[in-house]
Amino acid sequence: MRAPDDSLLKVDGLRVSFATERGTAKVLDGVNLSIRPGEIMGLVGESGCGKTTLARSILGILPSNARHEAGTIRFRNDDLLALPRSKVDRDIRGRLITFIPQDPFGSFNPLFPVGKQIMEVMKWKSPRREPGAWGGIGGFFAPYPRHRRRADREAALEMLRTVQIPQAEDAFDKLPHQFSGGQRQRLMIALALMPQPDLVIADEPTTALDVTIQAQILKLLKQLAKERGISVLFTTHDMGTAYEICDRVTVMYAGQEVETAPVDDFFRRPSHPYTVRLLESLPHPGRELREIGGEIPALVSPPSGCRFHPRCAYATSACSAQRPDISDVGAEHQVRCYHPATGALVA
Amino acid sequence: MSDAPILRVEGLSRYFPVRNAFGLKSGTLRALDSVSFEVQPGETLGIVGESGCGKSTLGKTLAGIHRPSGGEIVFEGEPIGALSPKERRAVAPRLQYCHQDPGNSLDPRWSIRRSLEEPLIVHTDLAAADRDARLRSILKQVGLPETHLDLYPHELSGGQQRRVGLARILTLHPRFVILDEPTSGLDVSVQATVLKLFRELQQAFSLTYLFISHDLSVVRMMCDRVAVMYLGRIVEIAPTEELFRAPRHPYTKSLLAAIPEIGGRRVTDTFALEGEPPDPARLPAGCRFRPRCAFAIPACAETDPALRGAAHAAACLRAEELVS
Repeated sequence: MRAPDDSLLKVDGLRVSFATERGTAKVLDGVNLSIRPGEIMGLVGESGCGKTTLARSILGILPSNARHEAGTIRFRNDDLLALPRSKVDRDIRGRLITFIPQDPFGSFNPLFPVGKQIMEVMKWKSPRREPGAWGGIGGFFAPYPRHRRRADREAALEMLRTVQIPQAEDAFDKLPHQFSGGQRQRLMIALALMPQPDLVIADEPTTALDVTIQAQILKLLKQLAKERGISVLFTTHDMGTAYEICDRVTVMYAGQEVETAPVDDFFRRPSHPYTVRLLESLPHPGRELREIGGEIPALVSPPSGCRFHPRCAYATSACSAQRPDISDVGAEHQVRCYHPATGALVA
Repeated sequence: MSDAPILRVEGLSRYFPVRNAFGLKSGTLRALDSVSFEVQPGETLGIVGESGCGKSTLGKTLAGIHRPSGGEIVFEGEPIGALSPKERRAVAPRLQYCHQDPGNSLDPRWSIRRSLEEPLIVHTDLAAADRDARLRSILKQVGLPETHLDLYPHELSGGQQRRVGLARILTLHPRFVILDEPTSGLDVSVQATVLKLFRELQQAFSLTYLFISHDLSVVRMMCDRVAVMYLGRIVEIAPTEELFRAPRHPYTKSLLAAIPEIGGRRVTDTFALEGEPPDPARLPAGCRFRPRCAFAIPACAETDPALRGAAHAAACLRAEELVS
């Protein structure tokens, strides 16, 4: 394990459950994750594996039926879950940790010009705003001094040019539907970077886009994050996208993290049986398709121990008794498995 | 290509009117503009392209959901493009369309049995007992237990719903199946299972597929030949491996360059295509790809290139020069 101090964000043993009609769904089961400054961390897994729940836990925007049962989320020197709610609302979410959603259309109000919506964000989350400044009664009387508004507007226009929105001044007055899908995602990236955050959480930001537009957006996001030294938590179910943009990758399965590795090592030498099977199920010329037998378990009554054991060819009685601890199988390559694979996969 | 093609499409077009705020026609959107190709029996032809390129319109026009604005569709030697919806019914059992999201195309209040039985009631004279026997055999072939007949769609997983959607089409023993984005929205492990199933069924029922997808790696795996569409036109059509090895059209080249290749070069380091496809209601003059093309020459603005070549055809003036 590395010294605990070099990470920007560290999630430790996080357990989150949801109250549902069918019982308590144990959606996150002791998840560990760390992100270093300036690093793009990929969080990959199939739908329902808990990656969105993890992203939302970090942002503090879980739905009301969610319950935090154990674990900590340390951001810089604070435990986000122990901080007063108002402090997180005001000075962290949207300011130091920002968010890029999957669907950029649903995230703009269709009735207002994008410039107005950008300035609304800047009023509260601009880096020029004094931390902890008085918000007025429900924010209604909050002052927005003219000099700061002017500086914010300049910075916003500059950011729109950076993300290659043509005619940035005109774009300010346009309505969201006047932009194409790719441009709206560029606007979302701009909006996420304007408060000069330390960490951006991007939740499947290219899933809704075509491949050529996806390539453009990934290139832009990677370049901006690297230039500015911003950390990114990039969730995706697409292995190709993860390979493109990430420095390190963490794989989740049914609410447990199973493997963490630097990206090249991850694709060259996957170690957890689930990861191996997942990579084998990708279409690849000259290789037969292999499926993973069985189905993803229901999280209301998950299997005991390692949640992958009912589908795993290597499973033994130990696997169902207790979840394996983290073990190192290479430089910074950690896996939670009693029987990690050592053979290389022909990628 | 010695056999007679099972499907021949000639100059097929489908236009949609663009209406202004008063409901008056203010322009034409050419979703499909003079598309021609042939499909051989037993073959899988892939149709790829980005959203808005007309690939779904092509599938729906072939299936009879849209009526063509021009051109002809010849299916098993019989022209079907101009048939009325009523006359099309006779063709429907042999030419089936598989919806993008079978979960949404199943009636949530109908049991799986009722959904599967409906096409048989509409198109065949089978007795109830024969229908039941056919349902059970089809269900077995798509890999679902018979007990699922009495379930409702919400009780099935996404992969299982897709199987039911397929079973529903196969009950009629079609010859030709149009698969519209059959794997979009599926996780990779489920996708692998579904793709394997498509292959097994193709063998078992000697099916011909039109495989519409935006996922090039899936198309490469599944198809014998691939047609690339851009703004309502086929810009390149070729046998799969040849298309991926030696693309001729600059658009195909950029499309291939955009696919992430695990273990290989990174697209984020090399990708060069700028801009986005223009509004299909306001097409540029000449070649449609010209405004984004790195190889455009003045002649590209004047002529709209047609597909040239035999087995491997590309619609580009400079196709021969650009072969790499």
